[in-house]
Amino acid sequence: MEKMIAGKNIQVNEEGYLTDFSQWDKSVAHEIAHHEGIGELTPHHWKIIDYLQDQHKQEIPLSIRKIGKSGVVDIEQFYSLFPQGPLKKATKIAGIPKPASCI
Amino acid sequence: MKKLVILGAGTAGTMMANHLSRELDLVLWEIDVIDHRQEHYYQPGYLFLPFDIYEPEDIVKPIKDFIPKGVNLINDKAEKIDAAEKKILMHNGDVIHYDVLIVATGCNIAPEEVSGMKGPEWHKSVFDFYTFEGALALRNKLREWEGGKLVVHITEMPIKCPVAPLEFAFLSDSYFKHKDMREKVEITYVTPLSGAFTKPKATEALSHLLTEKNITQVNDFGIKTVDNANKKIIDYEGREVPFDLLVTVPTNKGDALMERSGLGDDLNYIPTHKATLQSVKHPDIFVLGDATNIPASKAGSVTHFEAEILTENILRHIQGEPLKEEFDGHANCFVETGNGKALLIDFNYTHEPVEGTFPFPGVGPLRLLKETRMNHMGKLAFKWIYWNMLLKGTHIPFVSTAMQTEGKHF
Ligand SMILES: Cc1cc2nc3c(=O)[nH]c(=O)nc-3n(C[C@H](O)[C@H](O)[C@H](O)COP(=O)(O)OP(=O)(O)OC[C@H]3O[C@@H](n4cnc5c(N)ncnc54)[C@H](O)[C@@H]3O)c2cc1C
Repeated sequence: MEKMIAGKNIQVNEEGYLTDFSQWDKSVAHEIAHHEGIGELTPHHWKIIDYLQDQHKQEIPLSIRKIGKSGVVDIEQFYSLFPQGPLKKATKIAGIPKPASCI
Repeated sequence: MKKLVILGAGTAGTMMANHLSRELDLVLWEIDVIDHRQEHYYQPGYLFLPFDIYEPEDIVKPIKDFIPKGVNLINDKAEKIDAAEKKILMHNGDVIHYDVLIVATGCNIAPEEVSGMKGPEWHKSVFDFYTFEGALALRNKLREWEGGKLVVHITEMPIKCPVAPLEFAFLSDSYFKHKDMREKVEITYVTPLSGAFTKPKATEALSHLLTEKNITQVNDFGIKTVDNANKKIIDYEGREVPFDLLVTVPTNKGDALMERSGLGDDLNYIPTHKATLQSVKHPDIFVLGDATNIPASKAGSVTHFEAEILTENILRHIQGEPLKEEFDGHANCFVETGNGKALLIDFNYTHEPVEGTFPFPGVGPLRLLKETRMNHMGKLAFKWIYWNMLLKGTHIPFVSTAMQTEGKHF
């Protein structure tokens, strides 16, 4: 479905995750972050978003543990930067699919 | 003579030994299977052991009974794989060379990954049921437990058989009902996921069942520690869930051999091509079952579909032909829901589990994503199928390797 985000028509799924990454840009990220109650994105948030996008591009499945060991952020900080479900919020803001966490 | 080595004689390794002993020319090829254990464990049985539904004898049989003639079974632990030199260093000092290696070492629980999990309460009020010892200890505990707060918990994904903890919660509900003590037990299901399951339609059906059975759900719980003294689990945001009996599925990891060999990711899973099952780094190494990092369920049924495709790819590889990119992530899992019922889910990399009929479109007799008695019979029949057909690499009639879309309501 389509949703108006940062003044653009963006393709998202029923949970609000972007389905076409080429539509993502920083203004989209900002608006989703606001919507998710994260507030202003700091440089540390951006470092994490970059990392997530990079991992996704390489088709590496994402998990909180992996992010905690990545050197980009530790688990405690990750929870404080993206409270209440850090991975699902951070991936939504990064414009990539919600991690299936492998089933 | 050339040598094909299969590392691990669990579900996957045993299937491959059976397939390849039929398909390879045993005049040209020697097949070795390595496992340090003497016994094969039917892991789906670990779900039933704690509730006195299965006995240990149902679950454990000698490995050698399932390894075909003409295949050498080597009973020792592999310590390291030297992929550059194509050899395996064994615990007893032997060195085994290979031309083609199939890794089927599975995965195991690693409770030491969470602080306090393997603490003083381990196997006293904190249990796993993902090992034979854990399931048996839990059976003994449940036999005499007088009730209180039962917490069923998943530490982190991925885990093998991701529906098993849910099934454990459902079966607990019916177990305590049968013992006439359900009102003395408060059941809570704690998961790092945002819902009962990872795929939306199945999550809806399963959440509904949790509610119906009066099981409280706690979602998005990223466990930080098990507090042994005060008997509670605490997450990274400071949320606490108290327990009298904690049944947890600890972090699952591949064998530590992968770390020593530089072959695994941070959970010791081997990066594997998801459609061909070839190692990403080493063309002479193939991986199947729980040891891979592919985004499919870690389940015996998945392994069965993988084995059919991998057998063909091994033959192609040996002949220098291009590999078939055919594995679609097909999984087919029965979910025990208690009171003699089960539901069935069938899905792959791209299609989530939905309602419908299986294996015959429009007919069944099994119903997808619906609780029925017939599905429960299917789950119980799985034990017989496992020992008598799956391990021997027999094709299951009517069940195709690639997932079917007919008969399903997408
Ligand atoms: C509680 C529970 C319930 C389940 N229910 C179901 C179900 O209902 N349906 C379903 O389809 N699946 C189910 N599964 C999952 C299924 O059991 C596994 O996916 C399957 O067994 C994987 O097979 P595998 O060969 O990859 O690993 P395994 O069968 O675990 O075999 C690995 C083998 O490798 C050997 N090994 C490991 N390291 C070494 C080494 N260094 N040297 C020598 N040998 C080594 C081990 O000894 C072992 O024998 C369940 C699992 C659990 C735990």
